[in-house]
Amino acid sequence: MSGGEAVIEARGLVKRFGDFEAVKNVDFRIERGESFGFLGPNGAGKSSTMRMIGCVSPASGGDLRIFGLDPMEHGSRIRARMGVVPQQDNLDSELTVLENLVVYGRYFDIPRADCKKRAAELLDFVQLTDRANSRVEPLSGGMKRRVTIARSLINRPELLLLDEPTTGLDPQARHILWDRLYRLKQQGVTLVLTTHYMDEAEQLCDRLVVMDGGRIVAEGSPRQLIEEHSSREVLELRFSAGTNSDQAAVLAGLGDRQEVLPDRVLIYAVDGEDVLGEVHRRGVPHESALVRRSSLEDVFLRLTGRSLVE
Amino acid sequence: MTTLPAVRVWEYYATILRRTWKTEVVLGLLQPLVFLLGMGLGVGSLVNSRQSSVDALGGVPYVAFLAPGLLATTAMIVGSFESTYPVMAGFKWQGFFEAMAATRLSPMQIVRGLFLWLATRIGIFVAGVVVVLALFPDTRSWGLVLAVPAAVLCGLSFAAVIAAYAAVCEYDASFNYVQRFIITPLFLFGGAFYPIESLPVGLRPIAWVTPLWHGVELCRGFSLHTMGFVTALGHLAVIVAYIAVGIVMCRRLFIRRLYR
Repeated sequence: MSGGEAVIEARGLVKRFGDFEAVKNVDFRIERGESFGFLGPNGAGKSSTMRMIGCVSPASGGDLRIFGLDPMEHGSRIRARMGVVPQQDNLDSELTVLENLVVYGRYFDIPRADCKKRAAELLDFVQLTDRANSRVEPLSGGMKRRVTIARSLINRPELLLLDEPTTGLDPQARHILWDRLYRLKQQGVTLVLTTHYMDEAEQLCDRLVVMDGGRIVAEGSPRQLIEEHSSREVLELRFSAGTNSDQAAVLAGLGDRQEVLPDRVLIYAVDGEDVLGEVHRRGVPHESALVRRSSLEDVFLRLTGRSLVE
Repeated sequence: MTTLPAVRVWEYYATILRRTWKTEVVLGLLQPLVFLLGMGLGVGSLVNSRQSSVDALGGVPYVAFLAPGLLATTAMIVGSFESTYPVMAGFKWQGFFEAMAATRLSPMQIVRGLFLWLATRIGIFVAGVVVVLALFPDTRSWGLVLAVPAAVLCGLSFAAVIAAYAAVCEYDASFNYVQRFIITPLFLFGGAFYPIESLPVGLRPIAWVTPLWHGVELCRGFSLHTMGFVTALGHLAVIVAYIAVGIVMCRRLFIRRLYR
């Protein structure tokens, strides 16, 4: 990539659990101020990679540097400059929102008075000031996630790691989170996130890698990846249940490429309407048709040969 | 201005305690009071009426003999409980150890903080027993001042080793073994309710090689003013050895659990 300052640099990174190789020889480089995503299905090796970056999982092979330092040797120094939003919220449900933030700030040896001041600012930032003194337990999933994000910022990190930040949240909660993360990026915080949501990766990431089975199968900006691995538009056709593969003969030759999914057939083309016209001319009976822009999901289908679940 | 890492971990627990201390104080006072009254009055009236029994206890009323045993067993029970479910919660249910590991704290600093907390927790309940013992002339003694740290160390020796065990357990059902095969037998055979000399010779080693009896002997020796310096050191050495082994094990096993 370009010559900016590397915050994270991995070469030939490997993670093994017994006989199972979760991360297989991956290389990546993340620059200061960048928003970088690891995209992939469950079990792709995203979380294992994130835990290695978080200095809580020793690499089984290869080289990993964060701020130019070795994560297992200088873990404490690195973590002091980093914020972590784990996949599962590990807030203390018995404590209040404010207490959660203050206690966490103390782990970084930030004086108590400063912790309280910063916590108040951060709760304002995640729009939870009115819940400061309520316990965490009864909060909604989206609110808990925002508390976790506020907590991860208490040490004013230069680098923020987010492992599936919006999994399980409703659309409204996701949009609030995306907005807050975008503001952090504007403040110059380097964001590294994992996701299996295509729209999230397109919204948040300057650059991303697609992981599958422990390997990186593609790398680039969302736009680049779509241009390289997909066509401009996609025509989605739905047929009556169980008859998708029977349509192969009548659809032959349409578009650049076709993908038969369990519930629909995708036809990749420069002009989707054009292909739809041809489908009508051939008199193919279908239940519904939709022309849309190509997305990262299509890239993923192309690269891994299967659709993303969840 | 920096604070010791272990103290900062301890602050987390203290924040929770600030919420729950009222109930704990009531429990911490009520339980020893009920126990002392029940055993001291009930069993005591039987024992005290028989001269040979009183001699076997060193010429003191049964309740005075029992009281220091109550200090040590309370410490053991609190220590062994606090190092099981609450430790597993830190790894599994609540994940507060994981949360700590993501910050500047190292696993060893987390272990030290946990130990500091366990000592505090045991200390609170031991202090509760002391307050109750100070209420009655037969159990009141200046020696209790020394018995408190002895009991806390005794409780910590259990907590240290059991916390290491909890760090490798995946399911809380494993803790039933600790309760049934270690804590309950020691409670009965550790010399808290009768001198272990009353036991058959073959059973006495159970007391010798485990920390409870040493804790009971220390507490009893201090509160009845019968403890010699060298004997005290000997008992203390066994207890400290258990704590040291526990710390070394916890260090290794916490690293293994937190840095997977």
